[in-house]
Amino acid sequence: MAPVPPADPTPSPLSAAKLPAPKPPWWRDRRVVPWVVQAVVGLLVLLLIAFLLGNLIRNLTAAGLLLSWRWLQQPAGFDISESVIPFNAQLPYWRALAAGLVNTIRAVLVGLVGATLLGTLVGMASFSHNGLLRRLARVYVEVVRNIPLLLQLVFWYFVVFLTLPNGLAAIQLPGVVLAKSGLYIAGFGEGLRWMGPTLVNGVWQAPVRLSVEFGALLTGLIVYSGAFIAEVVRGGIAAVPKGQWEAASSLGLSWFATLRRIVLPQSLRVIVPGLNTQYISLAKNSSLAVAVGYTDLYSVAETTLNQTGRAVEVILVLLAAYLTLDLLISALMNGLNRLVQIRER
Amino acid sequence: MFWNRTRSLGVSLLAAGLLAGCAGEDGGVQSQKLSTITGRGKLICGVEGKLPGFSFVGPDGKYLGLDVDVCKAVAAAVLGDPEKVEYRDLNSSERFAALASGEVDLLSRNTTMTLSRDAAGGNGLSFAPTTFYDGQGVLVPVASGIKDLKGLAGKPICVESGTTTELNLADRMREQNIPYTPLKFQTSDQTFAAYLGDRCVAVTSDRSQLAGKRTSFPNPDAHTLLPVVMSKEPLTPATTNGDPAWADAVRWIVYGLMQAEESGITQANVDAKLAEAKANKNLADLRRFLGVEGDFGKQLGLPPDFVVKAVKAAGNYGEIFDRNVGPASALKLDRGLNRQWKDGGLIYSPPFR
Repeated sequence: MAPVPPADPTPSPLSAAKLPAPKPPWWRDRRVVPWVVQAVVGLLVLLLIAFLLGNLIRNLTAAGLLLSWRWLQQPAGFDISESVIPFNAQLPYWRALAAGLVNTIRAVLVGLVGATLLGTLVGMASFSHNGLLRRLARVYVEVVRNIPLLLQLVFWYFVVFLTLPNGLAAIQLPGVVLAKSGLYIAGFGEGLRWMGPTLVNGVWQAPVRLSVEFGALLTGLIVYSGAFIAEVVRGGIAAVPKGQWEAASSLGLSWFATLRRIVLPQSLRVIVPGLNTQYISLAKNSSLAVAVGYTDLYSVAETTLNQTGRAVEVILVLLAAYLTLDLLISALMNGLNRLVQIRER
Repeated sequence: MFWNRTRSLGVSLLAAGLLAGCAGEDGGVQSQKLSTITGRGKLICGVEGKLPGFSFVGPDGKYLGLDVDVCKAVAAAVLGDPEKVEYRDLNSSERFAALASGEVDLLSRNTTMTLSRDAAGGNGLSFAPTTFYDGQGVLVPVASGIKDLKGLAGKPICVESGTTTELNLADRMREQNIPYTPLKFQTSDQTFAAYLGDRCVAVTSDRSQLAGKRTSFPNPDAHTLLPVVMSKEPLTPATTNGDPAWADAVRWIVYGLMQAEESGITQANVDAKLAEAKANKNLADLRRFLGVEGDFGKQLGLPPDFVVKAVKAAGNYGEIFDRNVGPASALKLDRGLNRQWKDGGLIYSPPFR
């Protein structure tokens, strides 16, 4: 225990001046001033927003572009090459936009799963004992992440997928056909009859069809995002102390078992926040789909914009859709992040 | 990147709306655009940029084509120099946003005039006289053996997104109840690359554009135009509804080119005609047209001799047509509908009165 200093019998001159402190004026009052400053700043921000909005509305009115949403109900008049939800040209614009959104979500979901798998495998490979595997992983990451995604998409589409053979020359396996126009897989067709891919009038038909446009977009997104995710995973694994590896190997665990049971679970808390960023990027990058002819939300919105001339409204719809999609991904990942953090007991 | 530009154009429209007009209201009927252009010292012209015959970059790095010559004529009439033009390549999706946001002064980019593009409640454009009467066609490989639209049933067709072509295709196929798959691309380069990559059995666009693009194919003779005309495509330069005085100026410069052909005024003889008009007081029509008397130029906010300058820069309409797309050019297109009205065509200038 520290010795208690003896109480000073003679009060210091300072504390002696314990006169009833004169109440400071309000502009020097620590309880008041911050509130006043907050209020003034808040008011200024509100005024600025009000001014900008007012100006926007005035200028849009002057240009005859005041927001109107009636066009959403008008028939779209254009077709969509592939749609998960039923669509034809007589349906209204909002259905077209919805079909585009579903196409975007489809590409993003499959892309997320694929990129995560690829990224994790490559991230793990960069810790392999096999030097060739390790170097291959490095080469993949360095090549892919330093080339713009747009170029890669164009490469996959025009150089790889569009050079596939067509018609009878297509690559045919039992139940699966890979042609220039897409991947055709056997399945239950009309009347729940099992149907394999068939060539009708020079065009392949099958119950399950994935277009090459979808394939090119997906390949591009997975390969590109996979490289970034591999780096995130590598960082996560590197963050686990070396002692964990040594302890596991002294228990006789194999390399793979060590990774799976000891290292990866611990690295998750470093990996997940990084993944969040990559997932969001992937969702946004999917809007490059129009370069390879895949009808995503952005592609539909663009056609809509041109036909209706409602540039501001269509852009607002786009902004809202991508923002919602990204916030949703972010919220899910934050939830996951809370799950994998170390709990203090 | 080109599609990011569309997006940023949309956003800049928003931003322009948020911030523009802070300086106050614009008074009177004076053309703000005209004074902007003269102040800047050059015209900014939106063109396609990769379409032989209409607007493309020639071997010497200069823009060439029918659409480009319209830009040159306007620049010559307004600024006195056909070279004072800055060309912006625009794809079909971004062209209207670029015009509406003021990024380009004039859109001379094989654009079809339609009601919704003209109407204030639609794109709000203001169209000049049509410079090329076209129709939509379909290009297929000769080897495919396809002879008509029915032959395209169930097959993928390449089309540029954001065009009237896309809509006409949907309408025609629906009318005839032919199922098909439209594959949409954002630029004509991608569209034709996919077609040449055999992804589509056909590509559809304006017939003049198909003819122009075909000249740059590795083997032009292996491709043929189907004998169908799916639509009317009056290709027309455009400005915005926002500045009627500027729209009028452009309109009458283009009419000037057409009237010049009708009056027999060419790039070669325009100086002689001008001297003749100055010498002979009895040639009233010619004197007014070439700005020797009257104030037509002033009424439009242009120099009095704007027609002389335009014709000297680009030639009359017939010369522009022949040089870029006519029988002697690579495109080898017939004048067809684009003959003068006296010869049974649709090119008709109202009187300069």
